[in-house]
Amino acid sequence: MIEIKDLHKSYKMGSNSLHVLKGLNFSIAEGELVAIMGSSGSGKSTLLNILGMLDEADSGSYTLDGVPIKNLNETKAAKYRNKFLGFIFQSFNLINYKSAMENVALPLYYQKVPRKEREEKALKYLEQVGLKEWATHLPNELSGGQKQRVAIARAMAAEPKVLLADEPTGALDSKTSYEVMDLIQNINDEGNTILVVTHEEDIAHMCKRIVHLKDGVIVEDKKVEQVRAAQYVK
Amino acid sequence: MLSRDNWKEIFETIQKNKLRTFLSGFTVALGILIFVVLFGFGNGLINTFDDFFGDDATNVLFVFPGRTTMPYKGYKSNRTIEFDNSDLEDIEKNFPLFVEYISPRITRQDTVSYMNESNSYRTQAVGPAHQFSEMTIMMKGRYLNELDIKNKTKYAVIGRLVEQDLFGSKNSIGKYIDVGGSSFKVIGVFQDDGGDNEERIVYIPYTTRQLIEKNTDKINQIVVGFKPEIGYAGAMALDKSLDKFLRSKKFINPKDQNGIFIRNIADQLKQNQQFARVLQIIVGFVAFGTIIAGIIGISNIMVFVVKERTKELGIRKALGATPKAVIGTILLESVFITTVSGFVGMLIGIAILSSLGEKLKDFFITNPYIDTSIAISATIVLIIFGAIAGYVPARRAARIKPIVALRDE
Repeated sequence: MIEIKDLHKSYKMGSNSLHVLKGLNFSIAEGELVAIMGSSGSGKSTLLNILGMLDEADSGSYTLDGVPIKNLNETKAAKYRNKFLGFIFQSFNLINYKSAMENVALPLYYQKVPRKEREEKALKYLEQVGLKEWATHLPNELSGGQKQRVAIARAMAAEPKVLLADEPTGALDSKTSYEVMDLIQNINDEGNTILVVTHEEDIAHMCKRIVHLKDGVIVEDKKVEQVRAAQYVK
Repeated sequence: MLSRDNWKEIFETIQKNKLRTFLSGFTVALGILIFVVLFGFGNGLINTFDDFFGDDATNVLFVFPGRTTMPYKGYKSNRTIEFDNSDLEDIEKNFPLFVEYISPRITRQDTVSYMNESNSYRTQAVGPAHQFSEMTIMMKGRYLNELDIKNKTKYAVIGRLVEQDLFGSKNSIGKYIDVGGSSFKVIGVFQDDGGDNEERIVYIPYTTRQLIEKNTDKINQIVVGFKPEIGYAGAMALDKSLDKFLRSKKFINPKDQNGIFIRNIADQLKQNQQFARVLQIIVGFVAFGTIIAGIIGISNIMVFVVKERTKELGIRKALGATPKAVIGTILLESVFITTVSGFVGMLIGIAILSSLGEKLKDFFITNPYIDTSIAISATIVLIIFGAIAGYVPARRAARIKPIVALRDE
């Protein structure tokens, strides 16, 4: 599903440049649930941004679902993001003047799905994250956990190939974190490929594979025994 | 880009961001409103101005006789100058290239009565051409003609208000009125834009007046209408040579200030037109400034709007909005708001102007108005500049990498 080879990225900081990613190689198969771990400054967010086409690599290749991702103009990148990727952010990034349902329906708007169908689909995904009754509420009427579940529903609404989650539990307490992870595990169980960036050990062990980044290189890439989050919920 | 779905999205955004909508809408509406009202006031000033000077023909010289103050060629000073019928013919004969028409004018104040109604009016004994110089408009019947002059008929053309005073609502045509003791048949009723005084006049043939006044051939004034195509310079030349001609005919010292007077409307008109032009320039300048202020206002708000929405736009981009879609969202919204509020402001402005009418006449503003085309063009200019002002930051926002936009707090 995802294949990267010899990926480099550096940021210019005034006169000197900061080499963040120093030649990464790895691939992710369909249906995997991968955690990317590392302390801050290890390059994990940069990697996720490149995978999400929110940022561009300096060199190396990136193939997503057999499509080489390079030299994209903004319009093409937007279309690929819409088609291939669903984003889950640490700070939820819901549009605050739109209701939960409208937020979920937004990616479908950019796919030019008719309004009625959009709303049906949005409701379906809200139901899946257990927030159907909250469909008409604005984000500021929801708790943090609820917001993140709306964001997950939105990420899934476009039926992307890969879900990218950037510290999805970073702004949540541990109980809600586990609820969110439970949801992510359930989505993964249905066969969706999910990539989670986190620096929390327990969250990482709820995935099936952990890729450890340190100073821009992969220091460890191992399969782990998945800890089900469901046991902590309730 | 303009599908129903897009519009719905825009309406929702507008509805849910009332402050933003209000701010940009208010700026545009106020800008246009002030523009329309100011421009209207300017036109009102010009209207007042035209009212003072605008009711008579402008290609006219008035020649008045005076009283000499210098002796000349054996004639003593303090001699009253009088014009007579031969002067009319001489002027016509000597200035055929300049003169379009000529009419004498003998002004008297007479008691005019019909049945039991009676009143004092100005009577002017004139020739047929006088109709052109005064821009008299016939409401019914006819004006005096050459035959009336030749036959010295006792016909009268009366003003609208004279008819109203003497006849009430009855028709005056064909009736006989008494003018200063003589009976005249009413053959026409006229109106004049110059105000009430200009409509309380009775016109009779000048030859008839001369007959009544012991068959004299004297006339008071001479009204000379010159050909408009001779222009300002031609009018001034005619003024000069007419003065010279009459002075030599009447033996008046060329340096005598009082022997003869020529009032040249062309000369006055030029000054008036210059004044009106200056007024128009000032009005135009102020209006231009208002529009510029409006453009700056809407530009500021658009920059603010885009800044405020940077994060939202980042989210939209992450969800698959193309740069075109991002720019389209912002532009359509701003154009929609500026169009609606621009035309609302314009209509309010026009409504204010038309409700004012004559109420500000004390401040020299009469019937303020604005050409609809000017008001609409100004509104469109503001809409276009609003769109440009929105486009520049929108394009920048569309170019920001979504990751940067998302970090924006």
